[in-house]
Amino acid sequence: MAKEITGTTWTVYDSDTLTQAEIYGRVLCDLGDRYPEIVGLSADLANSTKIGNFGKKFPDRFFNVGIAEQNLFGIAAGLAKSGMLPFVSTMAAFATMRAGEQVRTDICYQNLDVKIIATHGGVSFGPAGSTHHCTEDIAITRAFPNMTVIVPADGVETANAVKACIDRGGPVYIRIGRGFEPPYYRDENYGFEIGKAVEIAPGTDLTIIACGITVREAAEAARILKETDGLSVRVLNMHTIKPLDEAAVLKAVEETRRIITFEDHNVLGGLGSAVADVIAASGKGCAFEKVGIPDCFAIVGYPEDLYSYYSLDANAITDKVREVMGRDFEEDEDWEDEV
Amino acid sequence: MPVSEDEVKKLKVKAKEIRKDIIDTTLAAGGAHIGGALSMVEIMTILYHKYLNIRPDQPDWKDRDRVVVSKGHAGVGIAPVLAGKGYFKKDALSTFNQFQSKFGMHLDSLKVDGVDVSTGSLGHGLSMAVGLALGASLQKKPWKTYCILGDGECNEGSVWEAAMSASHYKITNLITFVDRNRLMIDGATEEIMGIEPFADKWRAFGFAVREIDGHDFTQLSRAIDKALETTGAPWVIICNTVKGKGVSFMENEVKWHYGSMNSTLADQAKADVDNAI
Repeated sequence: MAKEITGTTWTVYDSDTLTQAEIYGRVLCDLGDRYPEIVGLSADLANSTKIGNFGKKFPDRFFNVGIAEQNLFGIAAGLAKSGMLPFVSTMAAFATMRAGEQVRTDICYQNLDVKIIATHGGVSFGPAGSTHHCTEDIAITRAFPNMTVIVPADGVETANAVKACIDRGGPVYIRIGRGFEPPYYRDENYGFEIGKAVEIAPGTDLTIIACGITVREAAEAARILKETDGLSVRVLNMHTIKPLDEAAVLKAVEETRRIITFEDHNVLGGLGSAVADVIAASGKGCAFEKVGIPDCFAIVGYPEDLYSYYSLDANAITDKVREVMGRDFEEDEDWEDEV
Repeated sequence: MPVSEDEVKKLKVKAKEIRKDIIDTTLAAGGAHIGGALSMVEIMTILYHKYLNIRPDQPDWKDRDRVVVSKGHAGVGIAPVLAGKGYFKKDALSTFNQFQSKFGMHLDSLKVDGVDVSTGSLGHGLSMAVGLALGASLQKKPWKTYCILGDGECNEGSVWEAAMSASHYKITNLITFVDRNRLMIDGATEEIMGIEPFADKWRAFGFAVREIDGHDFTQLSRAIDKALETTGAPWVIICNTVKGKGVSFMENEVKWHYGSMNSTLADQAKADVDNAI
């Protein structure tokens, strides 16, 4: 049973009714009491991203710069240089592409303590179309030196990530959805640590490595596969894409020999590519599949329909696991002939 | 305090020394953005030798004034000034642009003492300067931020995003200079992408504007004093300058935006500087 967290303006019970962004807004308000150096910034998306909650509570420490994302991140860099601790929120597409150079050059190059909580990641703003989707941000941000990249599974994990990012020096990019994503966690005390994957289901036949909204779907798939197929599917919540928990990936290679990555992001450059790098460098044979947005501008539709269309739900990943399990694949213990 | 005649004399000597250091550094570097470095020498000289509250022996001193040279390609016009203030030894400048040097043509704030902000990609500096100025206000600190923009740089839309916000937030602990040398890489600013009526643009964005001769220490001093004592609006000082100022064969020559010299040419350039009034 979920435990009520005391001393905060939200509880895990709220995670059923609050979006990731709403929980973020509340957590940031709590942090604002404890850390007077925190300042909040947005670019006319204070309400959509919920950083506006912080603005209402601390109007003197909040800057809504209008629709000007380059200026947004430039000002954040200057504030960080002056000794403040900026939290910046806008949509993922604008944070990483419209202002991508400011994030890279002003913030990452100078290794500044700027925390970016980007909303509307992936296709979570489905009806808005590709101008407001963002299936490139993980690829972009993980190529910026000094950047930490986190994709929380749900609102509870968003709370953990936002709290943890304060103690992590340098720039942090936390990517969340538009809202209405169902929660996975019922309790925030599951050992969240930046850079450490969480094994949410044990397994020996195959590993699904997921981040963001796919974590819950992967967990559901593992449950179904155990019941109906007798398969033992390990599920890793790889909330931190950078630095990647390479040890958890290598352990999965050794112990399950089959890996599927699962993300609401282009299959190029995201979690799948990060995991593939580790597998390739290990020199060890492993059946491998990347499930994500197949290098296209996504169609329009409600998020749940898009997740289904792009195989990002429990049903689709269940079928994918069966397909990968059916592959003819040499699975002896002799790694040498495969290196 | 306006500059006295005696101070002007001393500043002129300092400016000559800085120009010659810029020439030497350009020679050592194998090439540098010398034209735009020479055009802002008087702005840099008066800031570093009259106005800035800094402690070169404590480069990270929290209460220092901040300088954001948004036209970051003019790094060859910054590093010699910092060396002259004692942030590092002048002979370090001989490594400029060389393998593993801490000095690249665009200076890195994490590597070069005295550089408050890394710049180089144009149109970024004023936003960061606004952030610094807001940070000082939030922390109730008296330090000031000084930002130097290039004129060609003002083609960048982000400069005007920043200007809009400086005015909206009524930022008066920031003084912006524009080094209006009228040339950019490909030619004259007004031929490539005109920015006139330039002063009117700043006024329309809510700035108090002063247009001066950017090589005249008395005019610079009066403008800075005025900006420091005024509290109604952010200030921009448009400094009309000459690209390549002080070296006869470089003045107003587009090709000296970025150039290389051999030692004969460098000697000729330094002789020019010495012979100037």
